[in-house]
Amino acid sequence: MDKRLINWFKFASPQAFYPLAGRMMPWFWAAAAVFGIAGLYVGFLVAPTDAQQGEGYRIIFLHVPASWMSMFIYLVMAFWAGLGLAFNFRLSGMMATALAPTGALFAFLSLWTGALWGKPMWGAWWVWDARLTSELILLFLYVGFIALQSAIDDPRRADRAGAILALVGVVNVPIIYFSVKWWNTLHQGSSVSLTKSPSMAMIMLWGMLLCALACWMYAIAVALMRVRTIILERERHTEWVRIELSSKE
Amino acid sequence: MLKLVRAIISRDLRLAMRRRTDIVSALFFFIIVVSLFPLGVGPEPELLRKLAPGVLWVAALLATMLSLPRLFADDQRDGTLEQLALAPQPLGLIVLGKVLAHWLVSGLPLALLAPVLGLQFDLSNDALWVLACSLLIGTPALSGIGAIGAALTLGVRGGGVLLSLLVLPLYIPVLIFGAGAVDATVTGLGAQAHLSLLAALTLGGVFFAPWPTAAALRIALE
Repeated sequence: MDKRLINWFKFASPQAFYPLAGRMMPWFWAAAAVFGIAGLYVGFLVAPTDAQQGEGYRIIFLHVPASWMSMFIYLVMAFWAGLGLAFNFRLSGMMATALAPTGALFAFLSLWTGALWGKPMWGAWWVWDARLTSELILLFLYVGFIALQSAIDDPRRADRAGAILALVGVVNVPIIYFSVKWWNTLHQGSSVSLTKSPSMAMIMLWGMLLCALACWMYAIAVALMRVRTIILERERHTEWVRIELSSKE
Repeated sequence: MLKLVRAIISRDLRLAMRRRTDIVSALFFFIIVVSLFPLGVGPEPELLRKLAPGVLWVAALLATMLSLPRLFADDQRDGTLEQLALAPQPLGLIVLGKVLAHWLVSGLPLALLAPVLGLQFDLSNDALWVLACSLLIGTPALSGIGAIGAALTLGVRGGGVLLSLLVLPLYIPVLIFGAGAVDATVTGLGAQAHLSLLAALTLGGVFFAPWPTAAALRIALE
């Protein structure tokens, strides 16, 4: 037990984490590719055409994983940010910074694919549905986090200010979600619901889960990649970075 | 403790009274923004009555935002903020005092002014009354949540725009229930549910927001 604890703290130092991230990255990329190809294969070739929605429903193989990831990454980001704020780990702040653009990307993808799905299904690119609205607000929160961090020059201050914002956001997300939901139901009565009417066919679910795994692996891989460059940038004055960089040339 | 809060409030109020232009310009911003909408969408009373709650509330959000950057900036420039942070009392309480003072000079005048502007939108008496009530109940939450953003962007490049980027998404629940209360009155549903939720948001916001604000101020002061 004691040994494990020491091990964990060892990788909390950027210097120790940098090579570890480098070693893990190819595996996550490979897993992302394998799951992605499998998911797309199931999604496009194996899964049958939906009885009500035709071929258009296939966008959910990207849409649903992207929505899940956008919400999940925000939680992970806030977790790392909070850890960094509480214990002053330098690496946690870097992880939060590295995750934010990926989360914003997934939030955007979720909105974009949702619009592509909504046009043929609902006849509108955009509906002020509770879920759509709260996803849009989530994108705003990501943008605010990224903007705040990039406006502060001192990276330590940027980390900690971003952490406070992320934690405030986590408290607010449920409030925003419910307010948007009530706002909608109070005004328009029952509106279009995203829940599918029949329970989903097993094979479609599998395709979606494979795609979700692919997105997950991609997110981890790209976050590791980004955190490596952030480590190099912030630790550029140290000896080990100089050695690391000179050995590559 | 209460004495400290009261002292901070009276100090901030006195400072604000010495520079009345700040308050007045934010109020006139509110008036102008609200007056632009009838010019933009046309003067049909039917349409205006429908737009009024949303327009007035959005304009109130923006007007509150305008005065937020000055909440801590002046104190930071002359070193008062550092002295306050060194005080033996918790910084959160001091922030609470500043939030309340900010509300007294920004939110309260908005709430008093809004019914007059509501007349321009042909709102009924009931709706005007609920509008003033909703602003009265809801604007403290705006000051509280806004203080977090003001503290986070203290001394940061392009702070004003950044502040709106951070704070406006967090204002959404207040906007929804505030405008919803007026809207519910206009459509005859009764505003009580909305007003209760708004009061809950305000109590929660004013109670909890000073603590992250204090943490953000300490980061900014390092």
